This record gives sequence, structure tokens and C-alpha cells, in this order.
Amino acid sequence: MQTSVTNQRSPAPGRAAATRMKQRRGRLAMLGERAIEALIHLCGYSAIIFVFGIFFFVFREGAPFLAKLKPGEFLFSIDWFPTSQTNAKYGVGALIVGTLSVTGLAMVIAVPFGLGAAVFVSEFCTGKTKETLKVVIELLAAIPSVVWGFIGLTVMAPIIIKTFHVPIGVNMFNGALLLALMSVPIMVSIGEDALKAVPDSFREAGIAMGATRWQLIWRVLLPAAKNGLLAAALLGVARAIGETMAVLMATGHSVRIPHSIFDPVRTLTATIAAELGETSKGSDHYQVLFLIGILLFSITFVVNLTADLIVKGIKQK
Amino acid sequence: MIRKMHLSKGTGAGALLAAGSLLLTGCGGKNDGENKQAVANIGSDTMVNLAIAWADAYSKVDPTVSVEVNGGGSGQGVAALINDSCEIANCSRQFEEKELADFTAKHPGKEPKELMVGYDALSVFVHKDNPMTEISIEELQQMYSNNGKIAKWSDLGVSNIPGAKGDEIILVSRQNNSGTYHYFREAIVGKSNEMRLGTVDMNGSKDVVDLISKTPNAIGYSGMGYATPGVKHLKVSMKKGGSAVEPTIATTLDKTYPIARPMFMYTAGEPSPTIKKYLDWIISDAGQKIVAETGYVPLPK
Repeated sequence: MQTSVTNQRSPAPGRAAATRMKQRRGRLAMLGERAIEALIHLCGYSAIIFVFGIFFFVFREGAPFLAKLKPGEFLFSIDWFPTSQTNAKYGVGALIVGTLSVTGLAMVIAVPFGLGAAVFVSEFCTGKTKETLKVVIELLAAIPSVVWGFIGLTVMAPIIIKTFHVPIGVNMFNGALLLALMSVPIMVSIGEDALKAVPDSFREAGIAMGATRWQLIWRVLLPAAKNGLLAAALLGVARAIGETMAVLMATGHSVRIPHSIFDPVRTLTATIAAELGETSKGSDHYQVLFLIGILLFSITFVVNLTADLIVKGIKQK
Repeated sequence: MIRKMHLSKGTGAGALLAAGSLLLTGCGGKNDGENKQAVANIGSDTMVNLAIAWADAYSKVDPTVSVEVNGGGSGQGVAALINDSCEIANCSRQFEEKELADFTAKHPGKEPKELMVGYDALSVFVHKDNPMTEISIEELQQMYSNNGKIAKWSDLGVSNIPGAKGDEIILVSRQNNSGTYHYFREAIVGKSNEMRLGTVDMNGSKDVVDLISKTPNAIGYSGMGYATPGVKHLKVSMKKGGSAVEPTIATTLDKTYPIARPMFMYTAGEPSPTIKKYLDWIISDAGQKIVAETGYVPLPK
């Protein structure tokens, strides 16, 4: 900045002065360039450092228990008695089933709505409606999860008891409904991007062939954007698996294998949130909770990686 | 999160102020600018309402001291005392051996000083429309232990609960490291047995009552002081058909009510003069009157 200003102010200096100025400007610019480059590099690498740092610390807290751990019992047993005084058991089977079932049900609800909304926003809406819809959907993403949980606990629970004639209102369905609402925004915005990426020539060709709007969407656009839409759904899944506060409040927090969608369940995330606060540091229970953290980390990592690979697949096309 | 909401919902402005200033000054803060001495008081969720009521009332007795109360559970109070992040720990149980060892390791030559400040009686709550009036420890054990045989309301001889859907008993419990959970498990299920899997575990004493008031099929336990118009407490007998006892102050003190326990406040070694004055006030008539007002059971005179 400064050098360019000086340059403008002295329109006709001697030839030697001009060269000097140029050199100086070059050196300064070079220095500035280097500093900014280094800073940007640091920012880029910091993400990697943070991820590995977090993984390292979580692993360090949980690792000592690995020696005592029976992987089969840990993953498949449903006996979760971490604070038993005589025979503590750490089986997270029911918690895994809880997480998967709530997430699965959430996706059954969210995928049709999310992708449907993406198609609507991208293909049917124009002008003001489109802009309004996009803003409102983003607003949906801005609601904090504890507020969702509160709605589930106080508003939805009694409604679910009355409507479905079930004994308890905080259950898998309640949690899944909240998770669906929370993951719809991410699906809509990524799904819409995927549809936008389909070249207009596809649409034109379809219309030229006499396809109806429905045929165009179903036979042309959806197949063309399928990778992007799949990635949208998977990112929604990752969002749902990692969610804690809403499911802690709305699923009933009960260790059991659910027999219906109206049974209360407990998820991995909610277990960590509810129990970590009062375990004494370094105890078996504490370490197992960190192992659950590693388990969650791995699950979301796999889901994100899959989504990433799929998105890469699109770009290569 | 839940705990914080809890604080502010239950006790209004005083709690908010206390929580707020605690955030500002940090846990072990000594001064808040107006030459007030801040005393950090952390621990049992069971005692949090009581502790806040004490702190509010004491601010009128001695305006130079501001007691900042936070819940989180007895375990958290003990941990805070060990780490010097609070002056007084509220505990609805005594120190465990491991905690005692941790304490002496961190504070050589000191011992946690214990003061009994009142009793907490656990009530067994059902929905207000539930026709049941009494329950036995035996039945509770069959309901709450892992190999127990009672899972349906008809097993208890109860039918036609207005608003109930189906026959299933929804057992409401607490997260498995709360002091209330530990006490209930010891008192009902026994040390060698496990709690039933599949209980609905809530994260606060108040949440248990809230859920029961919205769920006609539910039964659960919580502090006597947490009763609301939406729920009803049951009389408790030792054996089915035995004489059932209402949870009251009198029955807690004469030890006929079977699910009651003492509450403690701990300091690290001998308390400082300011804190000693506060603790003395707590066990004085004025302090004990507040115990009764908030739904707990005061010390016998």
C-alpha cells in the first residue's frame, strides 16, 4: 500500500530513483508476501494440528483402558453398569443401537424432506420465494440444539403420548424428529448446490425431448446429481450422529434395545454428556467414556470421508 | 446446560446473580470489587435449592459475604474441594475412600471437615391421577433391580390410571453418578445388585418430577422438596401390607420413613472465621428454618 502511494506521488523521478524505488517496493512486497504466505500456511496446517491434537488427547485419556478392554464385550454387550460397586460392566451395545436407530429414523424422515426441499428450491422456485426460503431454512440451522431439546421435552412429549397412545413421550421418535429438523438445512443447501451443478444443457435437452417437469427431475436431474445428493444426505447423517444436547433431553436416556420407535433409547453422545461431569478423573468409567468418544470420532470420520469421496467423484466427472 | 437452566428456573433472581457472579469471578474468587468476600459453594444437586436459599438469606445477615452456589453433583463438589476451587462442598453422602485419599494427597496434614446440616428424604412419586397411595420397599426393589419381577402396573394391582397408555411401568431414575441415584440404589436395590437397565435416566431432581407429571405411566424418586402439583408422593412401607409411612419431617427424624439420608457440608480442614460464621448460622435456628421451608428436613433440636 504505502509504496504504491509514494509511487503515485512522484510521477517523474530520475531513472535511477525509479529503479531504486522499484527494487525497494519489490523487496517490501516480497517480504509482505512471504509473511502472508506463512500465515496462510499456518492457518491451513492448524486445522490438521487441531484435529490430531484432539484425537491425541482423547486417545490419551481413553487408552489406558484398552489393555483391560474386551472388544467383543465392549461393543456388543448391552450391560452398561459403569458405577456398580461390585461388578462394573462397560457394554455399549445398547448405546450403539440407540445412536444408530435414532439417526436412522431421523434420516428416514429427513432425507425425503431435505432432498425434496432441495429440488423445490433449485428447480421450482424463482426470485423472491427462493431467497426467502433459503433464508428461512438457514434460520432453522441457527436454532441451538438445547432449544430443540427443550421443545422436544416440553412441547412434543405430551403430544406424542396423546397422538400415538404410547406410555412415554420422550423416546426414539421424539429424538429422531428433532434430529431430522436439525439436519434438513444442511441437506437442502448441499443438495441445492448439487442440483445447480447439473448443466442447463441437460434440462434443455430434456425439455426438447418433450419430457414433463416430473420426468425431467426424476429421470434426468436426480440421476445426474445423485452423488451430490448422497453427499448431502451423508453430511446430514454426520450431523445427526454427533448431536448431543437435543437427544439427551428428548430420547428418554434409557439403556435398552428398542422394540418400537416409541421406546426410549440412549445415545453414545448423550451418555458422555450426562456421565463425564461426575466421574473422577482417571477412573475406569472416565476412560471408558473417552473410549466412547474415540468410537464416535471413528464413526463420524468414516461418514465424513465417505461423503468427501463421493463429492470428489462428482468433481472428476 | 441442564444444570444451569435448573438453577435459574428454580430459584429466580438470586440464583441467576449467584451463577453470574460465579462466572465472572471464577470458582475460587475472593473479592468482587465491593469488598465483599465471595465464598464458593459447589456440590450436590439435591442440596442446590437449599444452598441457594441459605446464601440469599445470609446476604441479609452479613452483607459483606456473598456465597456463590453451584450444583453439579456431590462428586463435583468433592472434586472442587480437592482442587481448591471452592471453600464449601455440598454433599448428600459422605466422602468415599478414594476421594479421601485424593484429598490427603493434595492437602497433606488436613482432613475434610464434616458438618451435618439437615436431612433429605426421597419421595416416591407417581402421576397425580394415579390411584395408588402406598408402595413397599420390596415392591420398589422388584421394580428397580435388574432381575426384578415387577414391570407392569397390573403386577402392583393398579389398573385404570387415567390417561395411561398400556400397562407398562415407566421407571424414572437419575444418571448413574448422581448422589441421589447412589443413595436410592443402595437403599432399595442393595449394594450387590444392579439397577434395572432401561430406566429413563433424567439429569436433575427437578427433571424427574417434570417427566412424571407429564407421563401417567411413570413412577420415580426425587427429593421430598421437589414435589409439584402435577405429582403425588406415595407412602412407603418396608413390606407389602406393612404399615406405610408418609414422607414427612417427623417420620424422617424418628427414622420410621425408610428412604431418608443426612446432608453434609465439607470444608478443607478448619474453616476460616468467615466461613465458620456462615456454617454456624446454617445450623442455628434461623438457618434450619430455611431447611424446613425448602422442603427438606431440619436437624433435631
